[in-house]
Amino acid sequence: MTTAPRSTNGNGGSFGRFWAMTVKEFIQMTRDRITLATMVMLPIMQLFLFGFAINTTPHNLPTAVLMRENSDVGRSILAALKNTDFFEVKTVVTRAEDMDALLQSGDALFVVEIPEGFERSLRRGDSPSLLVAADATDPVAASSALGALSGIIATALENDRQVAFAEPVKPAFQIVQHRRYNPAGSSTLNIVPGLLGTILTMTLLIFTALSVTREVERGTMENLLSMPIKPLEIMLGKIAPYVLIGLIQALVIIGVGILVFRVPILGDPLSLAAATSLFVVTNLSIGYTFSTVAANQLQAMQMAMMFFLPNILLSGFMFPFAGMPNWAQWIGEALPLTHYIRIVRAVMLKGASIETLAYDTLALAGLMAVAMLIAVRRFRRTLD
Amino acid sequence: MTDATMTVDAPETVIDVHHLTKSFGGRKVVDDLSMSVKKGRIHGFLGPNGSGKTTTIRMLCGLLTPDSGDGTCLGFDILTESDRIRRRVGYMTQKFSLYQDLSIRENLEFVARVYGLADPRGKASAAIERLGLKGREKQLAGELSGGWKQRLALGACILPEPALLLLDEPTAGVDPKARRDFWNEIHALAAGGLSVLVSTHYMDEAERCHEIAYIAYGKLLAEGTVDEVIAGTGLVTFTVSGPDVHHLQAELENQPGIDMIAPFGTSLHVAGRDAEALEKAIAPYREKPGLKWEKGEPTLEDAFIDLMRRSEDNFR
Repeated sequence: MTTAPRSTNGNGGSFGRFWAMTVKEFIQMTRDRITLATMVMLPIMQLFLFGFAINTTPHNLPTAVLMRENSDVGRSILAALKNTDFFEVKTVVTRAEDMDALLQSGDALFVVEIPEGFERSLRRGDSPSLLVAADATDPVAASSALGALSGIIATALENDRQVAFAEPVKPAFQIVQHRRYNPAGSSTLNIVPGLLGTILTMTLLIFTALSVTREVERGTMENLLSMPIKPLEIMLGKIAPYVLIGLIQALVIIGVGILVFRVPILGDPLSLAAATSLFVVTNLSIGYTFSTVAANQLQAMQMAMMFFLPNILLSGFMFPFAGMPNWAQWIGEALPLTHYIRIVRAVMLKGASIETLAYDTLALAGLMAVAMLIAVRRFRRTLD
Repeated sequence: MTDATMTVDAPETVIDVHHLTKSFGGRKVVDDLSMSVKKGRIHGFLGPNGSGKTTTIRMLCGLLTPDSGDGTCLGFDILTESDRIRRRVGYMTQKFSLYQDLSIRENLEFVARVYGLADPRGKASAAIERLGLKGREKQLAGELSGGWKQRLALGACILPEPALLLLDEPTAGVDPKARRDFWNEIHALAAGGLSVLVSTHYMDEAERCHEIAYIAYGKLLAEGTVDEVIAGTGLVTFTVSGPDVHHLQAELENQPGIDMIAPFGTSLHVAGRDAEALEKAIAPYREKPGLKWEKGEPTLEDAFIDLMRRSEDNFR
C-alpha cells in the first residue's frame, strides 16, 4: 500500500508551494530589522547626497589672475570674475612662473592671463587674445567653467565705458538656445529620476543575490531540496516579497523627489508605476541568477557589484549615453538601468506615456525573461 | 499475531537498490552498494565516519545522482522519479536544517504548505501538541536546545505523513534521555507501518533496529538482523577479567589466532575467527593467577570492530 498523493500537480499545488516560499521569505525579511531599516534609509540618504551635495555645475572654483599690465580693462575683468560665484579669485600674480606653480599645486584650477598691451590693442580693435589656463584633470568642471568664462568677460568689457569698441561686428547668424523639459538646466531634475533607477538596482540586486547562497551556507538548502518544490516556485517565492520592498523604495524616492526637489511627474503616474514594477522584477531576477551561480554569499555580493558598476557608468546616469563609443553603447543597451532611466526621464520630465516607450519597455521585459530562464536552468536540484 | 506473520510472509520492499556507485573528485565514496529495506522495518545503517552513509541516503532521496547503479525507492525509480520520491519520503539531515530565524510554528507551517497539505495551520498546531511544544510555538527554532531541535526536525519530517523516513545520524549530540524518547517514537511510527532507514554510531541504537547494514569505505560489508551480523563474523570470544588486563592486551596483541582485542572496563574481549588457533594463543595465559577467563558470545560491538579492522586491512 503506497500512500496516495496528497496534492495534485495542478496549478493549486504549484501556487501553494510558491506561496509557502513567499510567506517564509517575507517573515525572514521582516525578522532582519537592520536590513529592513537600511532598505528604507538608503534611498533617502542617497537622494539627499546626490541632490544636495553633488552638482555638475561647479561653483567657487579657485582662480588666479596673471596681470601682465596694470590697466582699467584688466581691473574690470578682475572685478567681474570676483562678482560671479563660478570663480573665486584667490591671488593676483604678475609673473608667468607663479601661474605654473599655482596650477601645479592645485591652489588654482583656473588662471586668466591678461597679456601686456591688452587694453591698447583692444581699443585699436585688434581683437587681442586672452589666455585662460585650466586644470583639465577634471574635464567636467573645466569645460562648464570655461563656457561661463567668455560670457562673463564679454559682459565685463561691454559694461566698461572706457572701452570704446571699434565697429561692433555682427555675427553672420545667431544660435537661439531653447532648453526643453528642464529650462533651468538644473542637474537635480536629471539626477532624481536617474537615482531612482540606481538605488533600486543596487539594493534589489543584493537582496536576491544573497537569497540562494544564504540557504546553502546555513545548511537549509539540503532540506529544501529534499522537499517537493520546483526551481521556478522557489525563484518566484523568493522574488515576490522584495517586489513589495522595491515598490516602497520607489515610492519613497519619488515622494522625496517631488516634495524636496520639486521634480515634476508630467506623464502618466500609472505608466511610471508599471515601468517601475517591471524594472524591480528584472533586477530581482538578475540578482537571483547571480545567487544560483555563486558558491557563497561573498561571491554573490561581488558579482552584484561587478554588475552594478557598468550600470552606473554606461546607462546614461552619470555620463551622456550618446557620447559613448559604439561598443559601450551596446553594453549599455544590455543593462536594465539604461532602459529604465530613459523611461523615467521621459515620463517624469517629458510627459511621455509608456506606449511611446515600447522599445525600452520590451527591452526590460526581455532582460527579465533571460535572467529568469538562466536562473531556473542553473538552479541545481541536487547537491552533485 | 496474524498481522506479524503476514508481514514476514510477504514483506514489501521499500528500498531496493543495486550496485550504487558515487565518486567525488576521483575518490569512490560509495562503491557497488546494493541494499534492500522492507516495509515497516527499522533498518540501521552503520559504519565509521566518511564511510558513505550520508552519500547513500542522499542518493536514495534524489539529492545526489549515482554515477552508476539503479534501483527503486517506494517503487519509484531513483534516477527518473525523484519528484515522486520527494513527496513521500521524509529526510532528516545530519545538521539541523530547518530555518533558525523562523519560529517553531512558522517552520511547521512552511513544511505543511510546501507539501500542499490542507489546513497548514491546523496541521502545525497538531504537530506542536504532539511534540509537547505547546506554549513555545513562537520560539525561534535557532534558540532551541539540541534535543528539542532534533524533536522538531523529526516532527517536521513526519508532518506530511511520509511512507519512508531517512534519518541521517538523528541522535548525534543528544542526551541519553532524549535519545531514548526518540527511539520509542521511531518504534511507534514503524509499528504504524512507516519504514525507517537510520544511520547511527551508537551500538545500543543499532541493537534497537530490526535489521542493520554495515558499510565501510563505501562498501556494504554485512547486512541482516543483529544476530545474523554477529554470526556472520564467525567470531569466538573470550572475556578475561583481572587486575592487569591492560598489560595482557599488549602481550596478546598481534598474536596469531587473535583477530580482535578490545578492553571493556576491567575486562578484555579477545576474539578470533579460528576457535582452535585462538585457544592455542591464549592457552599460556589461561592458568595465570588472578585472571578469570570465560567463553562468551561476541557482542555487536565486537563484530563491528572486527569488520572495521578487516576492511582497514583490505583497503590499506
